[in-house]
Amino acid sequence: MKIFWKRFKRNKLAVAGGVIVVVLFVIAVLAPFISPFNPNDIDRKHILEPPSARHPLGTDDLGRDVLSRMVYGSRISLSVGFIAIGIATIIGMLLGAVSGYYGGWTDRAIMRFIDIMLSIPTFFLVLAVIAFVGPSIWNIMIVIGFTSWMGVARLVRAEFLSLKEREFVLAAKALGASDMRIILRHIMVNSMAPVFVSAILGVASAILVESALSFLGIGVQPPTPSWGNMLTSGKDNIEIAWWLSLFPGIAILITVLSYNLFGEGLRDALDPRLWTSDR
Amino acid sequence: MLIYLIKRLLEMIPTLFGITLLSFFIIHLAPGKPTDILTELNPKITPEARLKLEKYYGLDKPIIVQYGMWLKRIVKLDFGESFSGDRRPVMERIWDTKKPLLERRLFITFLINVLSMLIIFTIAIPVGISSATHQYSLYDKITTTSVFIGFAIPSFWLALLLMMLFGVHLGWLPISGLKSMNYDSLTLMQKIWDRTLHLLLPVFVSSFGGLAGLSRYMRGSMLEVLRQDYVTTARAKGLSEKRVIYGHALRNALLPIITLLGLSVPGLIGGSVIFENIFGIPGMGQLFFMGVMTRDYPLIMGILTIGAILTLIGNLLSDIGYMLADPRIRVK
Repeated sequence: MKIFWKRFKRNKLAVAGGVIVVVLFVIAVLAPFISPFNPNDIDRKHILEPPSARHPLGTDDLGRDVLSRMVYGSRISLSVGFIAIGIATIIGMLLGAVSGYYGGWTDRAIMRFIDIMLSIPTFFLVLAVIAFVGPSIWNIMIVIGFTSWMGVARLVRAEFLSLKEREFVLAAKALGASDMRIILRHIMVNSMAPVFVSAILGVASAILVESALSFLGIGVQPPTPSWGNMLTSGKDNIEIAWWLSLFPGIAILITVLSYNLFGEGLRDALDPRLWTSDR
Repeated sequence: MLIYLIKRLLEMIPTLFGITLLSFFIIHLAPGKPTDILTELNPKITPEARLKLEKYYGLDKPIIVQYGMWLKRIVKLDFGESFSGDRRPVMERIWDTKKPLLERRLFITFLINVLSMLIIFTIAIPVGISSATHQYSLYDKITTTSVFIGFAIPSFWLALLLMMLFGVHLGWLPISGLKSMNYDSLTLMQKIWDRTLHLLLPVFVSSFGGLAGLSRYMRGSMLEVLRQDYVTTARAKGLSEKRVIYGHALRNALLPIITLLGLSVPGLIGGSVIFENIFGIPGMGQLFFMGVMTRDYPLIMGILTIGAILTLIGNLLSDIGYMLADPRIRVK
């Protein structure tokens, strides 16, 4: 743990990413207190105003404050990211554990299922299902969750394959521990680190998928502000209001970037293979 | 090698079967029916008329029977008739033989994806190599940073920004469609130029994400290989750095990249929905989006199946590439 901290701290970009991740959290939680306006207040006198002292990031086509809408939008992005990846991680851990621990035909069936899932253009499937069941934030979380568990499953399976023959597992088995106990208490605990890293990176891609869906109009529905659907109005006003297209995209960029930097930093710090090749 | 290929081809069949089965059930079991939309459009429609319509589409039968019927037709490459619009066969909407090749939907999407793939590979591999061989140099730092940013940029946002810059402010490039209004009156050279200009932004946007990803992987893979003993040996023999890198290391570093080729196909195809929507390109992605909005089951299934076939072909091609690059597999 100590080595891990030392190594993580040395990677300045990763630390910066981690700090921004925390700051974004705080912004999302404190949204009502820090946003200068109500995100849904329509102000017909100030439509499509460029950035000014009153509206630092301008106003949209209904006169709503872009900064406030972005602050509230962070709530959507973060909650979709976390809950979707929470679902994906649970499914992935479950299937990966069963597959790696039991092996045999269960393993083959699950691996084949993963191959199938990886060969479907998932974005198409996500699009179709959400359009059918109706776009709501919960549906988006569930559908993204159900289509992004494959990486975790493979990861957990690989961990299980390498850990299940190790002495401490064999010892537990010899002592008569149940399968369930071995899976949860002995092996899973030891494979948590890579799962955590892949979850952090997963949050970033879930946020990207959500914003793309909202941008296409089948994600989070207006008037609820999300970074993706704010960009839709940016596209509609592309010839007159550059700020509508620029700022929400920067928010997505910074968020995804910091999750990626943070996640990669964690991975490098956790990877013992890289410890020796230290500079 | 031939036996291996045949085996791989045969293995694709159950996978394809699984994909279609899974997609079919997900699509058909999702709440709501295609006839709902007709009812919404025409509130006067009677329940009897609705049932008749469902019967006409075959939606009254149990889902497994419906799948069987679909499968029977698919073997003959018949994707059925579209539910929406003028009820044309799905195949005709995807691959309209009456239109010139350049205006068939499947070809348009295919062309853009192949072009982006080519761009991704020709740029990302050299960038990855040089940033690995110059690890921690300024060049490496700049490329690594841009890769991280490239990874995090939502492609549709990039498309918006580029449209705003080149289309609206500078007026250099067209921002939607595949050809200009006056296309028919142009000479051949002008026609080619016109098409190229229209393709520039879409191809760039669709290759951007992959570019970042691939050069990152290439760098990682190259660094891994450069740590190996045989590279040290090659250096110890006194080979020039060029020979070491291009003669010994590159081939091994390329192996994991070849696998990525196959894996990147679904992402590219999925991305086409987004950029075809933004740039108003009449390809498969746009058609799929229309199909989804009108609950056009045969159309959705048709496009999903074609997407899956393309993905499997991509996987197969990357397997073949792997074999060509790695003699160890060829022997097996």
